Amino acid sequence: MNVRILFATVGRILRQLRHDRRTVALLVIVPSALLTLVYYMYVDQPAGPGAPSAFDRIALVMLGFFPFIIMFLVTSIAMLRERTTGTLERLLTTPLGKADLLFGYGIAFGLAGAVQATIASAVAYWVFDLHTAGSIGLVIMIAALNAVLAVALGLLCSAFARTEFQAVQFMPVVVAPQLLLCGLFVPRDQMSGWLQAISDVLPLTYAVEALQEVGAHAEPTATMWRDVVVVAAAAVLALVLAAATLRRRSS
Amino acid sequence: MDDAIAVRSLVVNRGRRRVLDGIDAVVPRGSVTGLLGPSGSGKTTLMRAIVGVQVIAAGTVTVLGQPAGAAALRHRVGYLTQAPSVYADLTVRENARYFAALHGRGHVEADRAVTDVGLASAARQLVGNLSGGQRSRASLACALVGEPELVVLDEPTVGQDPVLRADLWARFHELAATGKTLLVSSHVMDEAARCDRLLLIRDGRLIADDTPDAVRAAAGVEDLDEAFLRLIKAGEPGRTGEAS
Ligand SMILES: Nc1ncnc2c1ncn2[C@@H]1O[C@H](COP(=O)(O)OP(=O)(O)O)[C@@H](O)[C@H]1O
Ligand SMILES: [Mg+2]
Repeated sequence: MNVRILFATVGRILRQLRHDRRTVALLVIVPSALLTLVYYMYVDQPAGPGAPSAFDRIALVMLGFFPFIIMFLVTSIAMLRERTTGTLERLLTTPLGKADLLFGYGIAFGLAGAVQATIASAVAYWVFDLHTAGSIGLVIMIAALNAVLAVALGLLCSAFARTEFQAVQFMPVVVAPQLLLCGLFVPRDQMSGWLQAISDVLPLTYAVEALQEVGAHAEPTATMWRDVVVVAAAAVLALVLAAATLRRRSS
Repeated sequence: MDDAIAVRSLVVNRGRRRVLDGIDAVVPRGSVTGLLGPSGSGKTTLMRAIVGVQVIAAGTVTVLGQPAGAAALRHRVGYLTQAPSVYADLTVRENARYFAALHGRGHVEADRAVTDVGLASAARQLVGNLSGGQRSRASLACALVGEPELVVLDEPTVGQDPVLRADLWARFHELAATGKTLLVSSHVMDEAARCDRLLLIRDGRLIADDTPDAVRAAAGVEDLDEAFLRLIKAGEPGRTGEAS
């Protein structure tokens, strides 16, 4: 890995994003619009005694979902384009290392995800009065980590797609099960054993648990830190696998 | 090492087809060598083998004294893919600056590379908004920006108007005069006369590896297009003028 090449790559990816104003606008606006929707859906739902309100419970987890879903899609398409337009083949004949490219994407879209999470969190806390016992900073950190995880999974999945239609199909395959089984819809301890087992190996489960820990405890808990480490490790593992799918030589 | 590229008994299969079938060729340093042949003859595949992105079945490819694709060569070889491989959602200048940075070059070199391909006035335009010819020149600027010792250009002049084409060839010869080696492919024979040496390829076999004059002499005609046809008809694979 070469720091100069890595940061040139991060800059290049962010510049590409910046030229696409509409995508930037969507990245910023869509999460806030969806939070508004959820707020009005649940505003009249009574909360159980001592339990967080439905909005607090759902909005907190949604703050982790946005960067995960969106950065997965953005990365899959961006990397697929590198493959189909020949830029990847050309890059691999230059001094750029595979890690420079993969970490370049991880950093660039991780940053984009962090910005998105910050704006969405600001809206959730200050417009819709989201309550969490822990701090907004931890929420943003976990959301940004989710973005990095999504980038890593997107880079990996793009190796298995030949067309943009296929790349988009990986979203229901990779993202939807993680959303369904993460514990938001049915608490994990109420799931049947085999569903729990699947949930246990899906990285988003840990990100959601970490967010719920921040929701329930004023100080970061050991469980939260363990979950953060699990998500980070899953991201690194996906990046390593993605590197293995990047071949300089093809037939 | 006098040869920039030495290809020995190269065999390449793509899909189930044998695309290159025992190629032997050398490209001397400091020259402009043309790789000519009809569409589908294997030019791109041979270039991919030279820059080290093609899986090969047999044979060796030595580039600047090292096996093709060696990590140390990535600083020394520039590759222009046949389809323009630049980022459509960046400007010409941003593309050139990115590829310059990969080679440890700065903004000055990047801007010069853009000017050298005649795109100075379009430097701030998004590549996606350029014409086909402009886009392939943007791609060319990115291949030249690292000032590589060996430049492998896959059909760089396709779609360019005649004046620009002449400018580009003049630029290639300037580079060769400074000691760089250029391998330039084309499927139109009228470019052949502009090269110092020619590699003529057909159906994955080399049918000539010589200077344009020697190719003309071997075929007994002035016109290179006609000469190529006669060499094919003669049906004699192998090298025409080993002695010259
Ligand atoms: N990815 C590929 N898979 C299978 N066959 C290929 C592939 N790319 C090229 N070919 C075949 O290899 C032959 C040579 O192609 P190519 O090297 O691109 O020729 P040229 O550049 O001279 O037009 C052609 O018959 C082409 O159909
Ligand atoms: Mg070709």
